[in-house]
Amino acid sequence: MANSFMAQWVYTDTVKDHFMNPRNIWKDDEDFTPDGVGEVGSLACGDQMRVGIKVSDGRIKDLRWLTYGCASAIASTSMMSEMAIGMTLEEAYHLTPQMITESLGGLPEHKFHCSVLGDKALRAAIDDYLEKNGIENTYKAKTARIVCECKGVTDTRIEELVKSGECLTFDSLSQKTGCSTVCGKCRNEIIALLEEYKHIYGK
Amino acid sequence: MKPIYMDNNATTQMADEVASLMRDNLTLYGNASSMHTLGRNASSGLEWARGMCASLIDAESEEIYFTSGASESNNTVFNIARELIDSHSKRNRIVTSTIEHPSIIEEVKYLKEKGYRVDEAPVDSSGMVIVSELEKLLGDDVLLVSIMTGNNETGTIQPVKKISTLAHACGALMHSDATQAIGKIPVSVKDLGLDYLSMSAHKFYGPKGVGALYVRKGAPIMPFVHGGHQEKGYRAGTYNNLGIIGMGEAARLAAQNLEREHDYLWSLRERLRKGLLASIPDIVINGNQEHCLPGTLNVSFPCAEGESILLYLDMEGIEVSTGSACATGSLEPSYVLLASGLDVELAHGSIRFSLGRYNTTEDVDTVIQKLPPIIERVRSMSTRKV
Repeated sequence: MANSFMAQWVYTDTVKDHFMNPRNIWKDDEDFTPDGVGEVGSLACGDQMRVGIKVSDGRIKDLRWLTYGCASAIASTSMMSEMAIGMTLEEAYHLTPQMITESLGGLPEHKFHCSVLGDKALRAAIDDYLEKNGIENTYKAKTARIVCECKGVTDTRIEELVKSGECLTFDSLSQKTGCSTVCGKCRNEIIALLEEYKHIYGK
Repeated sequence: MKPIYMDNNATTQMADEVASLMRDNLTLYGNASSMHTLGRNASSGLEWARGMCASLIDAESEEIYFTSGASESNNTVFNIARELIDSHSKRNRIVTSTIEHPSIIEEVKYLKEKGYRVDEAPVDSSGMVIVSELEKLLGDDVLLVSIMTGNNETGTIQPVKKISTLAHACGALMHSDATQAIGKIPVSVKDLGLDYLSMSAHKFYGPKGVGALYVRKGAPIMPFVHGGHQEKGYRAGTYNNLGIIGMGEAARLAAQNLEREHDYLWSLRERLRKGLLASIPDIVINGNQEHCLPGTLNVSFPCAEGESILLYLDMEGIEVSTGSACATGSLEPSYVLLASGLDVELAHGSIRFSLGRYNTTEDVDTVIQKLPPIIERVRSMSTRKV
């Protein structure tokens, strides 16, 4: 007896396509020597990502990735790889989770935060490339956004402190940078950023 | 393509006999509480079902209270305990475990927030409650001990009989959520020494939205849905007559098929376990392999994440569940697996196969054939390497 209801797939058709046929996977047997490598995420949260890039003439010439992650992590990293190849380093550095998610035709809210880490892994790979080659990282400063207006604390500053493990609580961040000590309206945003970076860097 | 459904601990396909009896009684619209003929007809169906549920668990009909399912039954037991504690009972503590169903885990969280005293006994690496640890938590201030009969994720059967003896020795009441065990292993309230037991029809080929609470004659009970004389005034609300009749038939079948069902599910499960061990390298079988619900097989695949495995299997028409956080929308993987000390990566990479009456050996063989390339594929794109 046939039932009357049929569901769509869990995610969009584009997600499904990238999940079923992921692009640019970093295969074991492939001779891919990256110019820069970045890794973000943590097993505790169930998503970990590694991105390797080849750079020539200031552009991403090629890219490979690996992920320990769910369907949307696989699909979003696959999509990111297609978008990033051919971009200038600066363009690639400014690739956002929103851009990846839009290209995928959308993701559920709870997936957006935990599984779209490809852009962060890509930025980490670009950072690695620049550092290895002694090139000044001018993108980092440009992407910084002031979160605490009273004390002029940027998201990049918070990211660095979390990444290094120096500040892993709101109180320690506040003590270190003075953020949220004046008007306090950035408190919730700082807490959200703190949680996000802790997730990204597996702290 | 007919899907291969191996998620029978989530819910089961209704038995043909159940569906057929429910179809026949779809128009039996009488209110079982009415005195006229139509009402009495409905009531006789309901009382027949009560008898079937009672005999399935070795209880008396008058000890069965119909509910909307095991979550309600579980909550009712904890509400009874809370009511007794509030009435200045000398006993004011509840003892349970870390691997209970969410309807108990969340209830415990809620009670603790309200200031009630609840202790959770730990489990060993096979997911079995450590009796000696639980014993340390007992005392003459304990009102209720609640330990599930068999775990939904690992399938591990709990030492309920031993625990009920200990609970009664210190004067406490004993409850067991037997939802996953009913119809798979013999469950006798007398043998297990239970004061309360929860069950749910849809886990043993009955309809959804209906279950029962067993309350031993003489054990405390009080109403939590007020407003009617149904269930002796303890659970108001017009009867879900059709659902209850369906549960009655499911209970009748469960009692009739119990031994055969157990042996059949175990043979499928063992075929699957051996097949996967032989065809996929580096896998970990979770749960207790000796004291185990016959249809449950929980496997961890190191370096592979569970939601991906689940969805690749789904593409092949194979339906299972996972302990991965990604499937729950939280960042935490299965608390049951973590409680048994499983590594967080293995919990994320866990798949639960729960077999049922309608699975065949061909189904099992198909899974043994389709899963290895999926695991290989997920591992080949993983940052983690075996």
